[in-house]
Amino acid sequence: MNKTSLLIGTSLASLTLTTPAFARDGISIVGSSTVFPFATVVAERFGRTTDFPTPKIESTGSGGGLKLFCSGIGVDTPDITNASRRIKASELQMCEDNGVTNVVEVLIGYDGIAIANSVEANPLELSRENLFLALAKNVPNPDGEGLVPNPYTTWSQIDANLPEASIEVLGPPPTSGTRDAFVELVMEEGCASFEAIEALEDDAKDAACATMREDGRYVEAGENDNLIVQKLEANPNALGIFGYSFLDQNSDKVHSSMIDGVAADFDTIADGSYPVSRPLYFYVKGQHVGTVPGIAEYLAEFTSEGSIGEDGYLADKGMIPLPADARAEVAAAATELQSVQLN
Amino acid sequence: MSDQLSQPAKGAPERTASDMSPTTRQVTAGLARRYAAEKRFRLYGMFAIAASLAFLALLLISIVSKGLPAFTQTYMQLDVPLELETLGIDQQTVDGLLDGSISTQAIRRANFNGAIRQGMRERFPEVEGRSATRALYKLVSSGAEFDLAARVMDDPSVLGNRLTLWLPSDDEIGALVKQRADLSAPDTLVTRLDDQAIAWGAELKDAGDFDVRFNTTFFKNGDSREPELAGIRAALVGSAYTLLITFVLSFPIAVAAAIYLEEFAPKNRWTDLVEVNINNLAAVPSIVFGLLGLAVFINFFHLPRSAPVVGGIVLSLMTLPTIIISSRAALKSVPPSIREAARGLGASDLQVVFHHVLPLAMPGILTGTIIGLAQALGETAPLLMIGMVAFIVDIPQGVTDSATVLPVQVYLWADSPERAFTEKTSAAIMVLLAFLIAMNALAVMLRKRFERRW
Repeated sequence: MNKTSLLIGTSLASLTLTTPAFARDGISIVGSSTVFPFATVVAERFGRTTDFPTPKIESTGSGGGLKLFCSGIGVDTPDITNASRRIKASELQMCEDNGVTNVVEVLIGYDGIAIANSVEANPLELSRENLFLALAKNVPNPDGEGLVPNPYTTWSQIDANLPEASIEVLGPPPTSGTRDAFVELVMEEGCASFEAIEALEDDAKDAACATMREDGRYVEAGENDNLIVQKLEANPNALGIFGYSFLDQNSDKVHSSMIDGVAADFDTIADGSYPVSRPLYFYVKGQHVGTVPGIAEYLAEFTSEGSIGEDGYLADKGMIPLPADARAEVAAAATELQSVQLN
Repeated sequence: MSDQLSQPAKGAPERTASDMSPTTRQVTAGLARRYAAEKRFRLYGMFAIAASLAFLALLLISIVSKGLPAFTQTYMQLDVPLELETLGIDQQTVDGLLDGSISTQAIRRANFNGAIRQGMRERFPEVEGRSATRALYKLVSSGAEFDLAARVMDDPSVLGNRLTLWLPSDDEIGALVKQRADLSAPDTLVTRLDDQAIAWGAELKDAGDFDVRFNTTFFKNGDSREPELAGIRAALVGSAYTLLITFVLSFPIAVAAAIYLEEFAPKNRWTDLVEVNINNLAAVPSIVFGLLGLAVFINFFHLPRSAPVVGGIVLSLMTLPTIIISSRAALKSVPPSIREAARGLGASDLQVVFHHVLPLAMPGILTGTIIGLAQALGETAPLLMIGMVAFIVDIPQGVTDSATVLPVQVYLWADSPERAFTEKTSAAIMVLLAFLIAMNALAVMLRKRFERRW
């Protein structure tokens, strides 16, 4: 129909005819943008210290990564996908339907979600209920029944102990895994304590808990956590929500708020007392081990003490390591390529 | 123009309003308003240009001032003891290395990091305790061991002796040294380093063990998660391969299409339809081409993911309409007299086009091509879908190797937590702009060569 597309088609056809089938000699990794800064460190070291090429890592998000990962076996599908949440049963089913039967799960550590403000202001002492009341679109009516659009404009209206400052929170957009985790760990926990919300039907309850306010008090600052840190520096009244590694790297500019009495730092996330943290995983296609060179060695490097251990290089980058016995289990499971069992 | 009009012509007799015709009276009455309107418009125009120049200057100043530090790198002199025991190499291996019976690859994984740490401990013997020594080790780049390994592999005879060499320092202390910060007054510094680390830095600086040099690493290496090791080379080569494919595919196809449509195609409903389609295609958002690339080239033709070959094909689909439209305009602007003269001398239609019209249209076609390619150079959205937004360390060796491109590198660095990546981001933007300017310069040069006047 269209002469140009015909021409393009012909030239493409000739191109594919002359190119041989591609075998891949390097590992292909996709997945979560939260795990990306950690996985890239391992990949880089792996490339430098072994004879294998440096694995290629794409940042596609957890869901997008699992979709690619589960699309089948063979060299044009990725070997490994990173995830900042556990694989869902539906995703595992999709994997199985496409012939990916040996999915090996590796839990590598934790990432904290920091709720922080500029060092020029005092750290806030918040509870998850406070955060829910400050950020939800609809909140329980303070002087009556049911839900009303969020009326709070200053922190002191929510709790008299909090400062007079106006509510202004910079956080990730809905496409971000950090946002999902924040909703799950803070908003849903925070809203559970209100009777007006407990009384709702399941769907309405989920929506009430997970919908952030849209009147400009919660600002979606994009996926770039550096930008949030810069804005916090400029505005000491604002609060920001971002990954712990950014808090760690900018500890001279921002500090963590106390959530339920605990500030985010290395130790509180590691021992589980800081409530807003999530596990980081990666999933390996067992069937590719032996076909694509280097996967077993990459697994060994990633699960070594030098990497995910207490003093490993990933801890230096801000990842919170697992307890020692859990690390040993992870390393053993990775070596044996056990398929993941969801319970 | 306005100066001539605003004054009555010299020598003309002054006329009073009474002897003017009604039309002239009307015109004269409106004159002042019309001149004022013109003056206002000129002012708006000058203001618009000044504003855009100011924005451009602001952008360039902010990028250059942020990016310049990335072109230098702080090195630190260290005396490293290469004890075989620390390195985990036995005497047999050393002998083998010296007489050439063992490849130097055998010691690639030796514990060079341990040797550097030992060197640091000897440099600061007073430091004790686990956390203090860990902080001390952090003054040296974690990539320093690879530099040391390369040195030892070049000349294995240093094994067992001491080696004094310049190693890249860590980004945090390196940044302070680069800024010529006063390390003796830690309270005034904006840094994550604690006072102790700054004191060590001050000691090294006083001893002359810091040196700021031109950052060759930035142009030699691929991406890295350590800012002091990260380089632009992989992205630069990736961009070059991708644009090469884009040019090779889109230029001949687009020019052929434009010539056919402009010079040969009959004017009917079909060619109208094609023309409308091409114009529409030029307005399609680039991400759509990415989805098409994923569905067709990767999933159907099984071309490799993340490779410049797919990136180039996708981007050439995007640039095709731009080049076709500008080529047609260039062909149209060749005066018909040229065609008629050539025909009059007996040239065939094909000869008319290739001997006369095309050479004259070439400058315009090249300009269109460069605009299209410059667009392709700055594109990231379609590349996201075909896997070119990726962490690439190895320099791509061909169009089927995994690669990334310059704007993607800018995006990835802008999103990295380590603060030293801020300067790398700006430096990468400078490299991208330099690439663009080089491309434009080439186009101007070619245009000058082809330019014909009639």
